[in-house]
Order: sequence, then structure tokens, then C-alpha cells
Amino acid sequence: MTRISLIALGAFAIMASAICLLVLLPQAMLGSVQAPPGLAPYTAVQLQGRAVYMREGCIYCHSQQVRDPSFTTDVDRGWGTRATVPADYVYDRPHLLGTMRSGPDLINVGQRLPDLDWHLIHLYNPRSLVQWSNMAAFPYLFEEKAIAQLSPTDRVINIPGRDAASTTAIVALPDAIALAEYLVSLKRQYPVPAASQASDQRVGGSHDAR
Amino acid sequence: MGRRTVSAPDATQAFGATALEAGEVSAVATSRGLAPEDLDVRLRADASSRTVVLVLFSVAVLWLLVGSIFGDIASIKLHWPDFLVQQAWLTFGRVRTAHLHAVNYGWATAALIGTSLWLMPRLVHAELKGAGMALVGGVLFTIGITVGIVAVLMGYTDGMEWLEAPRYAAGPFLVLGGGLVGLSLFRTVAARKAPHLYVSVWYILGAFIWFPMLYITGKWPTWSGVESAAVNWFFAHNVLGFWLTAMSVGAAYYFIPKVLGRPVYSYQLSVVGFWSLAMFYSLNGMHHLVGGPLPTWMITTSIVASVFMFIPVVATGINLHMTVVGRFGALRYSPTLRFVVLGALAYTAVSVQGSFTALREVNRVTHFTHWTVAHSHVGGYAFVTFVCFGAMYYIVPRAVGHEWPSAKLIRWHFNTVLAGISIYVIALTAAGVAQGMALLDPATPFEQSVIRAMPGLYGRTLGGLILTVGHFVFAYHFWIMLRMPRGVPRRSRPPFHDAQPVLYTREAAAAHGAPAQEATS
Repeated sequence: MTRISLIALGAFAIMASAICLLVLLPQAMLGSVQAPPGLAPYTAVQLQGRAVYMREGCIYCHSQQVRDPSFTTDVDRGWGTRATVPADYVYDRPHLLGTMRSGPDLINVGQRLPDLDWHLIHLYNPRSLVQWSNMAAFPYLFEEKAIAQLSPTDRVINIPGRDAASTTAIVALPDAIALAEYLVSLKRQYPVPAASQASDQRVGGSHDAR
Repeated sequence: MGRRTVSAPDATQAFGATALEAGEVSAVATSRGLAPEDLDVRLRADASSRTVVLVLFSVAVLWLLVGSIFGDIASIKLHWPDFLVQQAWLTFGRVRTAHLHAVNYGWATAALIGTSLWLMPRLVHAELKGAGMALVGGVLFTIGITVGIVAVLMGYTDGMEWLEAPRYAAGPFLVLGGGLVGLSLFRTVAARKAPHLYVSVWYILGAFIWFPMLYITGKWPTWSGVESAAVNWFFAHNVLGFWLTAMSVGAAYYFIPKVLGRPVYSYQLSVVGFWSLAMFYSLNGMHHLVGGPLPTWMITTSIVASVFMFIPVVATGINLHMTVVGRFGALRYSPTLRFVVLGALAYTAVSVQGSFTALREVNRVTHFTHWTVAHSHVGGYAFVTFVCFGAMYYIVPRAVGHEWPSAKLIRWHFNTVLAGISIYVIALTAAGVAQGMALLDPATPFEQSVIRAMPGLYGRTLGGLILTVGHFVFAYHFWIMLRMPRGVPRRSRPPFHDAQPVLYTREAAAAHGAPAQEATS
């Protein structure tokens, strides 16, 4: 190959066609996916929590997707009652599907663990609730305040094992509360309309007889 | 830049001279079986890229150290989760991202751009056009990466893996910087004096066409929902294949025949390897989403394309490995050859592993586990980083005008990084399999997937720390290299194992001019 133009054009054309096939064509196909009636848009505080989720890099240990039961055991593990579909993610900008499960899947964590206080304690120190956990602790999303200076709006969390006679309390900062609000909002258990559960979105459909 | 006192690194190594006078060029060339014009062309090519290459290599080495430390911190946090938790910027999610950006976009990218800027003038027998432009581009790119990493550490992120650096803060620097470097390379090719375009040139040109297309696609601000997942992995997979891999394979195609002094095995295979890489690699990305909520045809397309990756990998593998076959003994003498040949072997290994990992039956176990991280380090480290080390061991002496001063430091560097990456990959792959098997069995509680992976996570930290030691050894040696007065040889003997480097045998000298002609004729 001795011609620059041939190499440059060929290289450009191949990449352009790949972009057409795997980026633009799916965009055209998926652009018409409607939100299911059971899925509400995120509220302002949930969006703030979602931003904290991205900022602190939760995605590097937690996925947000349930795969088809014919393919794998996500459903058997209790992470959801059905595989998630594109319609479940229409309000996600950007997606947080994730590629790692150092921790459990979170797309239905609001169903499993609906208690906001549980999440706040867990964020402050995961090992106070789950001994074997290797999740990061996020003490900087909280502040330690003298009990005398607490205001009525402060959200005090009761860490198990903390000295009851302490003169200070652990107060959740707004980012921690928003993150917990986002987590308990994660539920994708409503029935999905047949249109958005077209068989071709189900990867396991033609998998094998397992 | 005239013929008068062009720094002559090649000659320095062979003859212990500092610089060549006009008359000496012809004497040196004759003694090595070269036409004086050919040697002169090479000296001018090297002199034209010298500054920008050394600046980029220095930046790269700094990023390597920074990235290693971030990587070690992230690794430690997975088994000692209460290590460094008080500061937001040191939380796992931010440090991990800083590591990824520092090593891929800081270290490997700067090292490979530097290598490409050095290779291109040599390959086309011209001086680097717009060397100042390339230097400004390299500096802007470095600023962009710095801005991106600082932003991520401060909590500003675009949220998609491999694309976290904020598009409006870091993006302009990256686009402008990368564009200026690319412009300089294209101008150099346009001014070429060599009739052929050697295979390395195809890969370098390809990389600088592909990366802007990928970056713009990945950073386009309107993607949402599962479509953003498709774009995310389209970018993140292809940035390996069309940026890091492309320039690394290009470098391997240069250094292996060059150091051995024999042409690449087959010109036809290099053509097949190049175009089939472009065809099939570009469709691989969705295999990161196997089982995910995307249309099945997209994922199937990527799985099929991943299997088809055997074609470019086997073609390139045969080409690079068969060039070495029969001459493995030469690995004892040349650090460049050692690193690049091992890197090429790792490329074959990681690609075969990747093809199998894309298969649904394998992916059921390995998806969402440490296996993927181990796999990415076979590619990003054992392949790309080894090629970068090899390239720098060859280029830096020719840019500064004297040999590496210490064979011992080179041996320390090589042995530590080889041991480190081996421990890293074995431990983490085992951890991934243990984790994956536990996850796949619903009767096994989730906690077992964490507990059973733990020994492998400690092993990964051990491997990572050994790698970091090796990087500091290399950085120290590089620092001495830069600090030594230009062109003054510190030792008369060749550097590695105190033996005659194969590069300077008569046979090698005969082929020294240009692998281009050898390979394409």
C-alpha cells in the first residue's frame, strides 16, 4: 500500500460504517421507546442523588441491570422479578448499567431495602450493618455535630455500636440524603408493556435449553 | 540543522563519538554498509523529532508514576475498605477513575504519540513537519488530561466509563492538542521521500483518523438511556483497538524487524491484519453488555465480530512472531526486543482471551467480575505498556545521544514489571473466576463472591506494588538519562548483559536503513 489517500479513506469508511451500525441505527430504533406507565421521572432530589452516585463512582462496583433468567441467575438471586428492558432506562442520562459486581446489582434496591435510614447508616459505615462488606465508607457525606447544637432539621443517624453517651451526633449532609433517596427510588418491577418487551430485546430468548 | 554537528546517536552507540562532522557521516555510514545519504536522512529525521519526543516521554513517565500510585490506592481499598476514607477525592470511585485516565490517556497515550512522532520521520525518510506544532499539541493534550483527572478527583464527571473527563473542561484541550499532533504527522507523510508506506505508517495514520471519530461519537452530549450504554462501550472498546493497539502494533512492526535486522515475515499478512483489524474490532464493543437490556442483534453482532478477531490477531501474530522465530536468543541482548516481543506475545494472548470471553457461555461466568480487570491489564500493560517501554529503550538513547547508563537498572526494571504483571494477572483472574462461579450459583449467598475473591485482591495489590517499584526504577533511570550531558558516553560497553547488541552486527547494519523497503518489496 503506497497511497495515503487509500489508507485514510479506507480507515475512515470502515469506522464510519461501524458508527452507523452500532450507534446511529440503534438510535433510530430505540428513539421511539416510551416510558412505561409504572416508571416515574426522577424528582429533583433523586437526580441530585444520581449525580452523587456518578461523582463517587458507585458504578465501578454496582451494576443496574437484571439479565434474562434463561441466560443467568440474576432473578434467582432476588435482584428483580424480570429482565430489565430499554424502556426502564428512558430517564437515564447517561446510563449507569455498570460492568462490575463487586457489590450487588442495584436496579431494584429500593424494592429490597426501602428504608432510607438503613442506606444512610450503610453509607456512613457499611461494616456497621454488613460485616463482610468491602464497600467504601463515605464519612465525608456526613458531619459530626455536638448534640447541643443540633437543629430540628438535622437528620441524625444512629450508627450501631456507637457510644450512646457521646456528646456528638452524626448528621447526614444533603448529598447523603439525596443519594439515599435515589437508591430507594430504584425499582423496575412494574409490568412492562408488550411493545417494549419485544422478544428481540431479550438476549436469552434464543440462548439454549438451559 | 545542518550536516555539521547533527547529534548522531546511532553512531554514538557504535563508536563512542558525541557528534558527527560532515566527513565522519560518510565514514560511519561506510563502515556500517550504508550510503552516506541514508545515514544523513536518518540523523536529520531523528534530530527533527527530538524535542517533542523527549517532552512527551517525560510527561508519559510522570503519568506512569501518578497512575501507579492511584492504582495501588484503589487496589488496597478493595481489601482494606477503611483505608483513606476521610477525603472525598480519595474515595475508591474517583481514585480508580484517576488511575484509568492517568495510565491510558496520560502514560500510554503520551508514550505512543511520542513513539509515533519519532517513527514517522524515520519511516518516510523526511524531517518531522511542524515539530513545534506537535509540541504545542502534546502540551495541550497533557493539559487536557490533567484537567480531566483533577476534575474527576474534585467530583466533576460525565459519568460514562472511560469518558469521565468533563467534555467542556477537558475536551477542547484534547481535541486541539490531538489535532495538532495529527496535523504534524499527516504533513510529514505528505512530505515523504520514501516510495513505500511501511505497515507502521498505516497504523499510525489510522489511529489519528479513528480517534477523533471515536471521541466525538463518545462525547456527543445527547445520548441517553440504553443508547448511551451502546455508545459508551463502542467508544471504550474501540479506544483500545484503534488508538492504543493501533499505535502499539505499529511500533512492534517497526522495532522487531529493526532490532533483529531482518524483514517482517510477510507483507501480505500485514495487509490482511490491518484491514481485518479495522473491520472486526470496530464491531466488538457490545460484548461488554452481553445479557444487558439492548437489542439482541447488537450484542450478537459484537460476539460474532469478537470471534472474527482471530483473523487480524492470527495474521499479525504470525507476522510478528515468525519474524522472531529462530532469533529468540537475541532477546538476551536488547531490552527493546525483550519488551516488544513479550508485548507482541501478550497481544496475541489477550486477543484470544478476549474472543473467548465474548462467548455467552464464558461470559456468564466472567461478566461483572475481576476477570475483566485482569484481562484489561494483559492488554493495557503486558501488551501496550511493554511495547512503550521497548520503544523508549530504543528511542531515548537516539534522542539524547548516549546509551542507557546502567544495565543493572534495566534488568531491575524488566524483572520487577514482569513479576508484577504476572502476579497481578494470575491473582486477579483467579479472583474473577471464583467471584463469577459464586455469583452464578443462586444457592451461594452473595457475600461468598466477595469473600472468595479476597485472596486474589490481596495478590493484585502485591503485584501492583511490585509494578510501582519497577516504574520508579525506570523513572529514575530515565531521569539520569536526561540529566547526562548530551552526547557524552558514560560507558564503552553495550548496556544489556554486557554483550554485543544485535543491532550492531554487520547483518543488522545492512538492514538498518529501512524495514520499509525490506517489507514491501
